[in-house]
Amino acid sequence: MSVATVELSFSALPAHVRTARLVAAAVARRSGVDEAVLDEVRLAVGEACSRAVHLHRRHCPERPVQVTLIDDVEAFRVIVTDEAPSTDAVDGPDLPGLDDLARSADLDLDTVPPGVGLAVITSLVDDVSVEPADRPDGNGLVVRMSWPTSA
Amino acid sequence: MDLSLSTRTEGDRTIVEVGGEIDVYTAPRLREQLVDLVADGKYHLVVDMERVDFLDSTGLGVLVGGLKRVRAHDGSLRLVCTQERILKIFRITGLTKVFPIHSSVDEAVSATE
Repeated sequence: MSVATVELSFSALPAHVRTARLVAAAVARRSGVDEAVLDEVRLAVGEACSRAVHLHRRHCPERPVQVTLIDDVEAFRVIVTDEAPSTDAVDGPDLPGLDDLARSADLDLDTVPPGVGLAVITSLVDDVSVEPADRPDGNGLVVRMSWPTSA
Repeated sequence: MDLSLSTRTEGDRTIVEVGGEIDVYTAPRLREQLVDLVADGKYHLVVDMERVDFLDSTGLGVLVGGLKRVRAHDGSLRLVCTQERILKIFRITGLTKVFPIHSSVDEAVSATE
């Protein structure tokens, strides 16, 4: 069986995160990911794309976010790549929890703290890696996730 | 599916019924709704999430923001949710310890501190 790939490149607009979720869920379903796991795929892809869009809007709004969806032989793989600088932990256990947020006194809350999206992904997805993108400027992260397929 | 919002009053509680998807695109509207209610003196909120199809950490951030706003006025923010896929994200972020989560609007409305 050959490997099928869908590539998505979208401008950093919040509305497009939903598009990415829908496309990812559609490709996941076609790849044979269990129906019960599709919610997890939607959430994880949504979190990765939200994080990327948020950082791109702040640092490089003209640059697109890249999502690669791969229907591999035994797995459905998703790669979300951004180009923005961030202080997010790379594959570390020191990810923040949202409950700390509830106790803080800061009422000016427009967005969740950096790293929460990645914390959700790493607690949700069994097979996940977060690595620096291989870029000359040192910016960007590559979030790789995969789910087994029954096909 | 887009976000739908409607509010009604039961006694001193204001029920916010939310439907659809709460994500990075729609969360600002929910935030605006919660901010408006608090500005209007509504400090005891029940957010009914039974019709929510999708919730991510952006949405959680807005709910936490709402909780902090009502608490600043000695108010409360209770959630109504029985959907496992939505409850899951509250659990993995530890927010089940922060929000009172009820299985029906009636239960949330009659709950006391």
